[in-house]
This record gives sequence, structure tokens and C-alpha cells, in this order.
Amino acid sequence: MKLLAGLGAWAIAFVARLGASFLFLLRALSGAARALPRFSLVIEQLYAIGVLTMLIIIVSGLFVGMVLGLQGYYQLVNFSAESSLGLMVALFLVRELGPVLGALLFAGRAGSALTAEIGLMKATEQLAAMEMMAVDPMARVIGPRFIAGLIALPLLAAMLSAVGVLGGYLIGHGQFGVDAGVYWSSMQNGVDWVDDVLNGVIKSVVFGFVITWVALFEGYDAPPTAEGVSRATTRTVVTSSLAVLGGDYILTALMFGGL
Amino acid sequence: MRTKSIEIWVGIFIILGLAALTLLAVQVSNAGGGSGDTFRVHANFDNVGGLNEKAPVMIGGVRVGRVGGITIDKENYGAVVAMDIDTRYDNLPIDTGAAILTAGLLGAQFVGLQPGAEDIFLGDGDHLEPGLTQSAIQLETLIGQFMSSLGQGDGGDAQ
Repeated sequence: MKLLAGLGAWAIAFVARLGASFLFLLRALSGAARALPRFSLVIEQLYAIGVLTMLIIIVSGLFVGMVLGLQGYYQLVNFSAESSLGLMVALFLVRELGPVLGALLFAGRAGSALTAEIGLMKATEQLAAMEMMAVDPMARVIGPRFIAGLIALPLLAAMLSAVGVLGGYLIGHGQFGVDAGVYWSSMQNGVDWVDDVLNGVIKSVVFGFVITWVALFEGYDAPPTAEGVSRATTRTVVTSSLAVLGGDYILTALMFGGL
Repeated sequence: MRTKSIEIWVGIFIILGLAALTLLAVQVSNAGGGSGDTFRVHANFDNVGGLNEKAPVMIGGVRVGRVGGITIDKENYGAVVAMDIDTRYDNLPIDTGAAILTAGLLGAQFVGLQPGAEDIFLGDGDHLEPGLTQSAIQLETLIGQFMSSLGQGDGGDAQ
């Protein structure tokens, strides 16, 4: 009986939280619409979310591309198909690794920071103080961060893919001597602008939306204690990473499943 | 001064992001060339083998277009390949032939065109002459023929 009640309580709490997060999303979107005219606020957030994440994205993109170049070459050379190295590296990066790995890094680097920031703002009653001054925190705090997250992740994912392709070139051409023309032309023949690149961009827009939503909601919903904020930060990373990986499966099935 | 440097950094960020997208568009994918104006030419084949949509269409190894679609002709059940050819190659004679070739032994299949000698050029929506198309060579059929011809010959060679 106790077990049943526990399960029921958990389910009710889960659904209530889901509903609360959706209501929060609606308010955040209206806040984002009102924040748009004051674009300097968005620029401030783009610095915190985008520029500060850029370094980790570029460095990891370079290494991921180099690893793809190494592993791809070791396998492809068995079939003397190393001329397809460029195509393989590019498709991996543009379709999957760029959006997904970019999103995971973004969740760890920017999402957690967002949650901690909003959670602390709430804990120190800054949000309540804003409401006292008739400043809507949705338009002043949440909205600009939401827009910045939506803009930043697609750009970061594109950077990761582009740097990764260059990293693969560095290894493929520099170390193994795959012909430069073959590397790029196999890529250009096999990668489609709409099917591959644009679908990857759409993926990263969706991921940016999900991660920012989760991060802001967790921060806004965090219990105003040190422990509450720390738990909310952890939950942001876990939830948004899972959402990205699960969502990636669904998006991939929809985009590349021949529909 | 602080806001100024933030704005500069965000500007750099946006420019780098857009530059990465441009690189993906121009250098990595095919948006740079080939997606310009094209005209469509149809060719009938008995068998297209493993030809895919978007496979290249080449003349003498140079890409002039790509396969836009593969359908079945409802009257004679042959395959119809629609090819989108760049308009800068609009001087293909009407007796141009087409063959489905393979890049390397096991590589991807593509359409090779052999320009004819007529003075009249192909236009949008034209069909190539059916007698001038050559279907894909299927490796398994070839091996089958080879095996049966070995079997018919003197038994010593088959071993």
C-alpha cells in the first residue's frame, strides 16, 4: 500500500512538474518576444552563453575531427577506400556529431551555468525584487537568455563541424597523405546542402531550444537553498543530455528515414 | 568600455559561426556548384542497377549534372532516369548516348554521357534516343555468365 502510494505520489509530482515546465515555457516565450526589442540584453547573454563556450567547442571539434580521421583511415584503408575518408568525416560531423556533441558540451558548459545563475538569483530574492519594482523577470532575465541559447547553439554546432572537418583533413592529408583534392571532392559529391547540412542545423536549433528550456526551468524552479541550486544544476545536465540523445534518435529517424 | 568589448566578442562569435556555416555550404557540401540552373533530360534504360538519385552525370569524367529522379516507364516497364544538367552544358547533341558506369570495381554508379555528332541540341524535357543507352553492368550476372561458360568449356579449365 505504501509502495503504491509512493508510486502515485511520484507520478503526480512528475506530471505536475511537466505541466509547470510547459507553463514556464509559454511565459518564457512571451518574455522572449518582449525582450527582442531590447537586443542589448540578448547580446550580453550571447557573450555569456556563446562566446565563452566557443573555445571548448572549437578545441573539442578539432580533436573529434582528428580522431575521426585516424579511426576512419585505419578502417577504410583495409578496403582501400581511403578516398572516402573526407565523405565519412563530413557526414559524421554534419549529421550527428556537430549537433549532438555540440549540444552535450553546450548543456555542460552553458546550461549548467544558466541554471546556477537563475537559481542563485532566486535564492537571493533578486527575481522577487525585480517584481517589486514592476520589472517582469520573464522579459528582463529569462527571455534574453532563451533567445541567446537559440542563436548560440546552431552557430556553435556549425563551428564544431567545420573545425572537425579541418581536423580530419589535418590527419588524413597531413599524416596519411590522402590526396587533398580527393578528400574535398568526395565530400562535395556526397554531402548534400539541404539533406545533410540544413538538417543538422535544424537539429541544433531544436537542441538549443530544449537545453535552454530545461536549464532555465530548473533554475527558476530550484528550491532557494545552496543544496537546491546544486541539485538543479545536476538535473539540468542530466535531463538535457538525455533529452538531446533521445530527441536525436527521433529527429534522425524523421529526417533520414526516407520521409 | 566593458559593454564595448562584449559587443566586439559577440560580433566575432557571430562572424565565426556564419563563416563555419559558409564553409559547410561551399567547401563541404554541394551548395556552391551544381545547384544553379539546370535543364532536365530523360533517358530510358532496361536496368539501372544500383544507380541512386543525386548520382553524378559525367562526360569524360567531368561532372555536368546529377540524377534528379528514377522512375518506371508505365508502358514498357523500363527505367526512366531524369538527369538535371547544368545549363552551361546546353550544347549536347540530340544523339548523345548514355551509359550507367561504375567508379572503380565496386564504387558508386554514375551516368556517363557520350556526346553525338548532330547539330541540334538537347533541351529541357527531351528524351535521349532509346537505342543509345546502355544499362548497368551487373556484376552478379557477369559472374553467372562466366561460370556457365566455364562449365560448358572443357572440364579441365573449370577446376
